[in-house]
Amino acid sequence: MSVNKEFVKFDKVDKSYDGKVLVVKDLQLDIAEGEFITMLGPSGSGKTTCLMMLAGFETPTNGEIYLDGNAISSIPPHKRGIGMVFQNYALFPHMTVYENLAFPLRVRKIPKDEADKKIDKALSMVSLQGFAQRMPGQLSGGQQQRVAVARSLVFDPQLVLMDEPLGALDKNLRESMQYEIKHIHENIGVTVVYVTHDQSEALTMSNRIAVFNDGKVQQLSSPDELYEKPVNSFVAEFIGENNTFAGEVSDISNGKCKVKLAHADILANPISVKGKGEKTTVSIRPERALINPTDKMDNIHKGKIEEVIYHGDHTRVRINLLGNPEFILKVPNSSSNLDIKLGNEIKIGWNSDDARALDPK
Amino acid sequence: MSSENKQILTTDGIPLEVSLKKAEKKNKIKAFLLVAPLLLFIIITYVFPIGDMLMRSVDDKMVTEMLPKTFKSMEKWDGDELPPEEVFEAFYFDFQKLIEEEREGKLSTQLNYTKNGFKSIIKKLRRKSKSFEEGNYKEQIMSVHKRWADVEYWRAIKRRAPAYTYQKYLKGVDMFENEKGKIVNVSEDRRIHRILWLRTLEIAFFVTVFCFLMAYPIAHLLATLPMKYSNLLMICVLLPFWTSLLVRTASWMILLQQQGIVNDFFVMIGLVTDDNRVEMMFNKTGSYVAMTQILLPFMVLPLYSVMKTISPSLMRAGKSLGGTPFVAFWKVYFPLTIPGIGAGCLLVFILAIGYYITPALVGGASGTLISNQIAFHMKSTLDWSFASAMGLMLLSGVLVIYWLYNKLVGIDNIKLG
Repeated sequence: MSVNKEFVKFDKVDKSYDGKVLVVKDLQLDIAEGEFITMLGPSGSGKTTCLMMLAGFETPTNGEIYLDGNAISSIPPHKRGIGMVFQNYALFPHMTVYENLAFPLRVRKIPKDEADKKIDKALSMVSLQGFAQRMPGQLSGGQQQRVAVARSLVFDPQLVLMDEPLGALDKNLRESMQYEIKHIHENIGVTVVYVTHDQSEALTMSNRIAVFNDGKVQQLSSPDELYEKPVNSFVAEFIGENNTFAGEVSDISNGKCKVKLAHADILANPISVKGKGEKTTVSIRPERALINPTDKMDNIHKGKIEEVIYHGDHTRVRINLLGNPEFILKVPNSSSNLDIKLGNEIKIGWNSDDARALDPK
Repeated sequence: MSSENKQILTTDGIPLEVSLKKAEKKNKIKAFLLVAPLLLFIIITYVFPIGDMLMRSVDDKMVTEMLPKTFKSMEKWDGDELPPEEVFEAFYFDFQKLIEEEREGKLSTQLNYTKNGFKSIIKKLRRKSKSFEEGNYKEQIMSVHKRWADVEYWRAIKRRAPAYTYQKYLKGVDMFENEKGKIVNVSEDRRIHRILWLRTLEIAFFVTVFCFLMAYPIAHLLATLPMKYSNLLMICVLLPFWTSLLVRTASWMILLQQQGIVNDFFVMIGLVTDDNRVEMMFNKTGSYVAMTQILLPFMVLPLYSVMKTISPSLMRAGKSLGGTPFVAFWKVYFPLTIPGIGAGCLLVFILAIGYYITPALVGGASGTLISNQIAFHMKSTLDWSFASAMGLMLLSGVLVIYWLYNKLVGIDNIKLG
């Protein structure tokens, strides 16, 4: 059985609300069947608009969206057969949990005994058996969330959209729900398009993440690749923590480049720079720079400790390094790190491979 | 352990429980004092007038006090044939006293309410009684006018004996207690109140329906439009509200009259011919149109306040789950607006059922309501007790509707804002 690689396809989709500003620009995005894909981005980046276009509540200004090979722009939302979980759950407050789940089945004229089976199954999937006769108002936030998930799945849609479904939950509940949704996805193999602005949520749950900014997909790749190999400075900045140096490429050879900063030169991995004289932003993850480098790292510099913050399992150290007073290091709390004291000068080193020379900010 | 059993004392040595109760009592008094003005206001402006109205509607002491001796002597009379001499004698002495006090005119008015024809025979009796001789009053009174010899008229007097009466209520539904004490309908050509009651209910009902049909889309629009447009629309809804009721009614008169703008327009587009203009005023149409317009905001506002709280994502959820827009509306949106519908309908219906000025001005003969009849009896016939009786019937009708509503929808479901 071959997996449909283009189960959902955004083909050159533009969207503008006022005819002046494009909130989605020339979107090209393929989603494979059974995939869990997350649209991640700051607010106003166009991710929710994309979701709404897919659900049918907004129409693309230009371009076409295909679902399983069929153009769907002219199909009204209720005929698309796409499950959706809304930001505030959108449970029908005047119906019991059972009636909420029965709604999509009734409108599809599924016989009652079959519908009951499906509802039981959906409720057990989110471990809410025995809650069928409750009203949504009698449930906690997490339970309402699960009912919303169950309702979006009860009619066996091929595609489920989730619009920041965990936004209203507290941190612990949110984390446990992340796993729960991920497991449900793994168990039933439905295609999920998930929208969030929470990067840790995106990293834990998704097969692939599409990072949105300014109406465009900045990078579409798996969570690890996104974190380890951001393709531009926005992604590097948006996902995880990041230390940056702004400079100019002074030499480029052998897959390495030399970047000229105000007072020093550093070696970096040229990602989006092509030649000499280009402006660039060099991005280094905090955990990739080490204190007191022992092995042969090709970047070793001295910096002054400005701030030390204890975090339990690790310590964050802020260092003034090469003119950047915001250089952050994450140091695991083990007995070997002794020299971390405020005001000390220490040596910092990293591999040029981990220093990615990206587009200038 | 001993410290737990000990009474807890405050710093000044009073048991905590006692001082807590003291503080609570103080708070209660404070709270009561805050409510007191409102309570007083309601008692003075609401409970007293309605109580007085209730008393008036059943009060029939006037005649009882005017003819005390007569009624006492009538106690034994069975009313089959003319009363005995002692009744006539008692009546003569009561009547003389009334003449002295110049109150015989009031008596004639009162007795005339009970039976037509008393006015003239009492005038005549007053004139003739000056020359009455002592003794055998029966003969003398009967000789004044042949009606005084008619047992019907004496029965009519006897019917006024009780200090309290429910006659006015019977009259309100076109019934009366006949000579034999049976409750019967008045003759068909004199039944006006029942028609008025039914018309009042009918007009109130349809005005409520029209208001609902017009207000629902407006309220929906108000609740869903972006702020800058919805504010403007809200002002449009409220603008008539801020205009005097009389001005609005008068402007409807200008619009609806036969030479009015609406008729001019109909003639212009050729809907009607010039000499065949539609009568839209001084009939039910006038009442419907003007009352619907005037009461519309009372429907829009509760609906709007409820719709405002319904998240737009609910309709979206309904659609995304496969419901057509109509199903999503009917199964999801509409049930959630029921509290607003209930509040709006109840409000409009209750206001419409007691509406006065508008039907009086544009209703004409076939568009007036029971409240106009009440006003008529207050101002023109001065039969305040009858007006009070009808007012109370209206009030109890409203209470019944309220009760029914509570049974059907539940008053807790109501939402005014």
